[in-house]
Amino acid sequence: MLGAHAVLLECSHLWAGEHQAEVSPVCSPQVIEAEQRSSKRWELTPEGKEIVQEGSHEARVFDSIPAEGLPQSELMKLPSGKVGFSKAMSNKWVRLDKNADGGPRVFRAVESVQDSVREKLQLVQQGEAESLEEKDRNELKKRKLLMEVIIKTYWIRKGSAFSTTVTKQETDLTPEMLASGSWRDLKFKAYNFEALGIMPESGHLHPLLKVRTQFRQIFLEMGFTEMPTNNFIESSFWNFDALFQPQQHPARDQHDTFFLQDPAEATDFPMDYLKRVKKIHSQGGYGSQGYKYDWKLEEARKNILRTHTTAVSARMLYRLAQQKFTPAKYFSIDRVFRNETLDATHLAEFHQIEGVVADYGLTLGDLMGTLREFFTKLGISQLRFKPAYNPYTEPSMEVFSYHRGLQKWVEVGNSGIFRPEMLLPMGLPEGVSVIAWGLSLERPTMIKYGINNIRELVGHKVNLQMVYDGPLCRLDS
Amino acid sequence: MRNVTVARACDMPTVSVKRELLFQALGRRYTDEEFDELCFQFGLELDEITSEKDIISKEQGGGKAEGASDIILYKIDVPANRYDLLCLEGLVRGLQVFKERIKAPRYKRIMPANGGVQRLIITEETAQVRPHAVAAVLRNITFSKDRYDSFIDLQEKLHQNICRKRALVAIGTHDLDTISGPFTYTARPPSEIRFKPLNQSKEYTASEIMDLYRTDSQLKHYLHIIENKPLYPVIYDSNGVVLSMPPIINGNHTKITLNTRNVFVECTATDITKAKIVLDILVTMFSEYCEKQFTVEAAEVTYHNGRTCIYPELAYRREKVKPDLINKKIGISEKPSSLAKLLTRMCLKSHVTGSGNNIEIEIPPTRADIIHACDIIEDAAIAYGYNNIQMTIPKTYTIANQFPLNKLTELLRQDLAAAGFTEALTFALCSQEDIADKLGVDISSTKAVHIANPKTAEFQVARTSLLPGLLKTIAANRKMPLPLKLFEISDIVIKDSTKDVGARNQRNLCAIYYNKNPGFEVIHGLLDRVMQLLAVPPSKASGYLIRAAEDSAFFPGRCAEIFAKGQSIGKLGVFHPDVITKFELTMPCSALEINIEPFL
Repeated sequence: MLGAHAVLLECSHLWAGEHQAEVSPVCSPQVIEAEQRSSKRWELTPEGKEIVQEGSHEARVFDSIPAEGLPQSELMKLPSGKVGFSKAMSNKWVRLDKNADGGPRVFRAVESVQDSVREKLQLVQQGEAESLEEKDRNELKKRKLLMEVIIKTYWIRKGSAFSTTVTKQETDLTPEMLASGSWRDLKFKAYNFEALGIMPESGHLHPLLKVRTQFRQIFLEMGFTEMPTNNFIESSFWNFDALFQPQQHPARDQHDTFFLQDPAEATDFPMDYLKRVKKIHSQGGYGSQGYKYDWKLEEARKNILRTHTTAVSARMLYRLAQQKFTPAKYFSIDRVFRNETLDATHLAEFHQIEGVVADYGLTLGDLMGTLREFFTKLGISQLRFKPAYNPYTEPSMEVFSYHRGLQKWVEVGNSGIFRPEMLLPMGLPEGVSVIAWGLSLERPTMIKYGINNIRELVGHKVNLQMVYDGPLCRLDS
Repeated sequence: MRNVTVARACDMPTVSVKRELLFQALGRRYTDEEFDELCFQFGLELDEITSEKDIISKEQGGGKAEGASDIILYKIDVPANRYDLLCLEGLVRGLQVFKERIKAPRYKRIMPANGGVQRLIITEETAQVRPHAVAAVLRNITFSKDRYDSFIDLQEKLHQNICRKRALVAIGTHDLDTISGPFTYTARPPSEIRFKPLNQSKEYTASEIMDLYRTDSQLKHYLHIIENKPLYPVIYDSNGVVLSMPPIINGNHTKITLNTRNVFVECTATDITKAKIVLDILVTMFSEYCEKQFTVEAAEVTYHNGRTCIYPELAYRREKVKPDLINKKIGISEKPSSLAKLLTRMCLKSHVTGSGNNIEIEIPPTRADIIHACDIIEDAAIAYGYNNIQMTIPKTYTIANQFPLNKLTELLRQDLAAAGFTEALTFALCSQEDIADKLGVDISSTKAVHIANPKTAEFQVARTSLLPGLLKTIAANRKMPLPLKLFEISDIVIKDSTKDVGARNQRNLCAIYYNKNPGFEVIHGLLDRVMQLLAVPPSKASGYLIRAAEDSAFFPGRCAEIFAKGQSIGKLGVFHPDVITKFELTMPCSALEINIEPFL
């Protein structure tokens, strides 16, 4: 079979659209080369074949009518009755007498007929379909007597590795082949490199925490020390009062903050410091007018779920102030809690990223330069700063970056220099400035991984498939 | 959109102004982009460009908006401490001074020419409910529809912000020509107060008024402020006409109209400092429309002890700041005279004094937000332009350190993933049911921290175990191919009376195996691997061991307690079928939870 120069393989009824790949392994290019061709051919349908044998329905109707005619009802009972009658009528081969005795009766209208349908079909059967006129072919096709068949064929030639001996192809190397050296003489089945491999069984890290790892890395690269933020429960004192956030501030409202029922109150405070905080709020001092209101210890005692990690920064700066001052750079990335209305981008808990630098003589320019370095490591280079208001920083600046996708400036963080009313009561030296900034971990992660609903990312409703499929996290690429 | 950032966005107030009116007042037109840029520099945010029609159709559907105005509105976000920018008048004044098109006006308090100063007498009864009041008169004012709307709107903005929803301060404004002083601010039992409230057609007693407004979408929020007090605050004129029952409602009698020429302003308060600020803001903003522009007629307030105060204070305070300090804090090197000019552009009229080593700054009554030199420095930086400041990198030299607990956590996470387990991240807050009922324990036996004001059951307690979160994660991912192997290393919270706040976090490691078989050996193997990673050998003496234990969360005989470093560090086991069912799972499941802090 393969001896010929070229062999026509007839793959009958291989309709166009079937998968090429199905034949490719057979036609391994090393052994044979195959070229696909296709041609069209006209064939008779089963009904067409019957007509070649028996004559067309209309001819059969004509033949079955005797000289005295036939009642229409009987004619219709014939196998070719319905189709044949209407065709014979339109050919004017028969006529119908509706007023005949015993109901409508059909008579021959001509002496003899020529069954051209049968003749045309006979031509097709003899392979001479091309000799028919196109409109005849279409007419017959419409009557479902003819059909057009597409034939796919493969022209097969000897390939570069042509051989007439049949060798069983090996699927893969085995230890035995290696031991015996038989692999040298064996043929191996080709691999299908189009297919995917088998994924290794493995565990996966959570995307948000992969991003957290990167942020930690960035802070460590920049020489920042990690703060101990493992205290979700905080007193209002450290969360608000220490930050010079007045007791009537809306953030301290039930609608914004989770208060604790049990343990409801904090019991232990550095009392000297607390007195200084009370004074700065109610009377001012250190060059400040203060807020001039009746500061209450009960309010400061109230335990809450911390609303920001800045509460920890306050504890750290207070601790720093209790010793001979040395410059410090701190960071933290941890959970904070807000009693807010939830939506697709807001949950009651999220992760806050915070950086703090304390040193003599830090400037607003230093804050901006530090932010530029930090955001450059995140792959964000175009920054702009907008004046803003935070209760515990002054000056304050919101950080915007140009988002190419949205074609506008979007807020990427908030920053400022801590107020003297916060730092001086702690006991930090007057010349020391503390610059700080923060952002959420969720927002950059959602942008990075293209997640629109925060619930798919954080919490038990996470989409594990997304976790399984997640790529590495490199923030700067 | 709220931004999740460090400092909680302090619910920035939004001021809505008609664009045409704004441009008219600014004396020039801006493209939307130009105005947006100006706002950005000044620390405002052009939040939205819209119209009444747009707003209504967005909120209630297109059909309802028909006939509504399609005049373009700018919605501008204003920093929460800038009460002087909460109305068109203030915004325009701030921006015009910033662009040096006008000089900041000088506000003046004047005594009436004929000596007939309006008097407000505070009686002793107010002490228990709302002890303070301040007052002033806007004399010969000319309202138009837009000015009137702005006047009402500013009061509302102040009420919502500095007044803390009227709890701290409540403003009442009255047509002075309908009443006659002296006025009395007193407090009476609700049954004895009777008047026709604003826009009502008949008289009600104070108790009836409270009932009347119980369903009012706006006023219902203020009722709680006085509702349970025996006496309600009320202001009368000399003929017994009720001006207002603060902080709820004014009387209809003194209602201001477009034709009102003289306005009596009173603010009652629990916080006198804020009352003074609110009065100053309201009168400085609208004295623009008085016959004698930017003048305010004084009123005299007398306390029951005879102490008398004249309001509004309209105090100008002087501060001295060294130019060197401003330059150093910002990181610029401007001449003292340039710095004075920058500050003057922020409505802080400044000049260089002495030999040039001091700048004297006059803080106007509109800028109550300036309480320290740092506020002055910020304004200098804004006027200089934040984005014109040279960025520098601090010379601060420090050595970085990781927090040891986080360092251990990071290392363990990597190796747990390498062991074939996938990391989950579950909420620290959950329902009582999650940590108690569903695990077959009584909530009182947990050392859980309870939240006082949860909006839903999801936030009743802080978790005392990582197990519920992982079980819920599996329940939400039941369609994923088995087995499911999850882990989490995160903090739980437990009460601890030795801590200043009475509670502490504990870093736990939790892992769970969910399959057609319980897989105790898989979880046990993971424990062995974790101990191997922590270099703790299996040994009774100095290593780790597990010992049969009972725990309502686990199937009897299928639970063991884990001991290491001479203490119990957690448990492992096959979940009790009740637990599996309660978490809406259908397969056997085993888990492990240990405290990793002993391994630091």
